[in-house]
Amino acid sequence: MEQPALAMEFHLTAGDFNGAGDASGKIKRTLQQVGVKAEVIRRIAISAYEAEMNVIIHSLGGDIRAKVYPDRTEIEVKDSGPGIADVDQAMQEGYSTAPDHIREMGFGAGMGLPNMSRCADRFSIESKVGEGTTLRIIINH
Amino acid sequence: MNLREAKEIVKAEILWGDELLEREIRTACGADLLSDVLAFTKDKTLLLTGLTNVQVVKTAEISDMAAIVFVRGKYPATELVELAKERQVPLLVTSLSMFESCGRLHAAGLRGSGGEEL
Repeated sequence: MEQPALAMEFHLTAGDFNGAGDASGKIKRTLQQVGVKAEVIRRIAISAYEAEMNVIIHSLGGDIRAKVYPDRTEIEVKDSGPGIADVDQAMQEGYSTAPDHIREMGFGAGMGLPNMSRCADRFSIESKVGEGTTLRIIINH
Repeated sequence: MNLREAKEIVKAEILWGDELLEREIRTACGADLLSDVLAFTKDKTLLLTGLTNVQVVKTAEISDMAAIVFVRGKYPATELVELAKERQVPLLVTSLSMFESCGRLHAAGLRGSGGEEL
């Protein structure tokens, strides 16, 4: 199996709004050090940040993993529930189940999943109610 | 336009980033919705916002923004300023409203970053 040149993993704690964005920031700075193009890093960082916010806002906690290969970066985000009942609905721009305190922070506008999908070259989402959600985002360098 | 010119146009005070005033600004975005900022802006954007939580700095860093202008005289907490220094995101405060700040910058030739030029 192909081994990534670089792998990073961060735990995301549900409700940790202060720490939200730290994992994506670290992924971004690491990619800058290995010389990935700025425009590509920007798309990777935005997808990772949106995914990270989603886990912190909506889930019971999870993990984000970034694997960097010479030609692409793969981001996998796995949480432990509660899962998304209707994935197609969640993918629609503007659809959101975020509470008011999240909206006051400037998030929860229903742009996260569509934005990740727009930034990605390949995007997949699997979710099972009561079990959790797994996102896979692949961005070519 | 560079950050120094933008600062003069909106009569802003610099909270942090004196040494980064030559930084280039290609476009601007006025938003209190960070989701929109992440979805629709380009790099080297000047962000004008009324939000003062730390996610504003993280959003700016993640999306390669040039600087943040807090409108209507809102000052962020020390924690936010410290994070901005660490992440090299200049911070400005203007007493002008969001509409007035955006209007003056637009009149000076700065344009939006979300494909508004239809």
